[in-house]
Amino acid sequence: MIAFENVSFAYESGEPVIRDMSFRIEDGEAVGLIGANGAGKSTIMKLLLGLVQGEGRILVDETEVNRDNLSTIRHKLGFVLQNSDNQMFMPTVYEDMMFGPLNYMVSREEADKRVDEILDRLDLQHLKHKYNHKISGGEKRMAAIATVLAMEPEAILMDEPTSALDPYNRRIVINTIKELSQTKIITSHDLDMIMDTCSRVILISKGSIVADGKAEDILSDKELLEANHMELPLSLSRNG
Amino acid sequence: MNKMEKALNELGHMDELAVQESPVHAMNAGAKLLCTVIYILVVMSFNKYDLSGLIPMLLWPVFMYQMSGIPVRTCFYKLRIVLPLVMAVGLFNPIFDREIMLHIGNIGVSGGVISMLTLMLKGVLCLMASFLLVATTPFDNICAALRRVHFPAMLVTLLLLTYRYVGVMTEELAVMTDAYHLRAPGQKGIHVSAWGSFLGQLLLRSMDRAQELYSSMLLRGYHQHFHYAPIKPFKFSDAVFLILSIAFFAIVKYVNVSELMGMFLVR
Repeated sequence: MIAFENVSFAYESGEPVIRDMSFRIEDGEAVGLIGANGAGKSTIMKLLLGLVQGEGRILVDETEVNRDNLSTIRHKLGFVLQNSDNQMFMPTVYEDMMFGPLNYMVSREEADKRVDEILDRLDLQHLKHKYNHKISGGEKRMAAIATVLAMEPEAILMDEPTSALDPYNRRIVINTIKELSQTKIITSHDLDMIMDTCSRVILISKGSIVADGKAEDILSDKELLEANHMELPLSLSRNG
Repeated sequence: MNKMEKALNELGHMDELAVQESPVHAMNAGAKLLCTVIYILVVMSFNKYDLSGLIPMLLWPVFMYQMSGIPVRTCFYKLRIVLPLVMAVGLFNPIFDREIMLHIGNIGVSGGVISMLTLMLKGVLCLMASFLLVATTPFDNICAALRRVHFPAMLVTLLLLTYRYVGVMTEELAVMTDAYHLRAPGQKGIHVSAWGSFLGQLLLRSMDRAQELYSSMLLRGYHQHFHYAPIKPFKFSDAVFLILSIAFFAIVKYVNVSELMGMFLVR
């Protein structure tokens, strides 16, 4: 369970980016965070992961996120960055996947086993010993997801997981996301992907929640989306 | 592909060289590190006029390059930017030290020329040995070996992260250089008027990326301690290699092999 209780946040000497925000996400839910650029989507992720500290309470499994328990919280929440190049900093995919589990004191044998299981599950065994700088953008995105899964998180947070991907790789990433059983929080402007992968959508504008409900309801509400600088998903606009 | 991307590829190529298979690659990283350090110390300890004594030291890297399957020309190619700088050391010695020390035929060779050649050779030998270590040992393993010999963890982590971040900075530089040249066609290099903002932007962009990378590390449990991949164990063959290498260094250091060979040939 993830909960925001009256959370506010402002960067130094600036306008509030998040304003008195409250919501609750239950285990196993797949939630899409949508909104225009600068709405505060990425900041919500950062607050949740303790990368920035705001006012109010953020709870993960009833534990309040604070400086003292960041390690535990971050073990529970896996974060897939928008730019996979920033996520993959070890020389090879294998070493990158081992990085997280080893830091959380998983034995090398156990971590090794985990890596193989995940690579098998995602059909990525061929990437195992490849150099990160030598794999394609699509492969890198999948590998980034694999590095996070290797930590066996309870929830997965994804920032624009399909950005800059070609249609084929985008479909692979979407199918992979759909197969993940963990709680998922996905921020994206790719509303078709959100429609495909999330059952619930939270629409954010200027740091506040404008709408929170079923994905099909919010994503088919043309007026609501347009009022918040968004458009109907292509699949819906084509169908009339 | 611009120069920066080429540089990035070359950096990646070093990682690939380091995981090839050969008797040298198979050695324990600590043994190689220790041997390289001793080799460099011995090379540096030669007297500046002892050119003939130093020349046999060339045999060790040449032999090791052969064993590792890495062509010596790869070393010189990769180090083509640093080598001229190393060669420049001692360039002024012939001007300051003009005392004739030996004659080759009728030509007198001054102490300055000999010391210049000695310094150049020392530089080249040290670079060859260092390159051999890096080209036959993954950087993580070198760092792991440094930790084994109780090199301070902070310094080792700094070394490892610097190695990683060089790639990040080069990537940013490649993107910026491309963007510049697309709007400055036909211009060679970057105009001096843009240097300031270019460097400032590079710094800011690199810092942003470094911050993202560091966040990514923190989010995966990093707490100032790297878990290095296990290095190959120290085997009997590593001990033999170390002993033979050190014995060779000692012989070359204390016995002028070139002089002995010369005397043998003259007789």
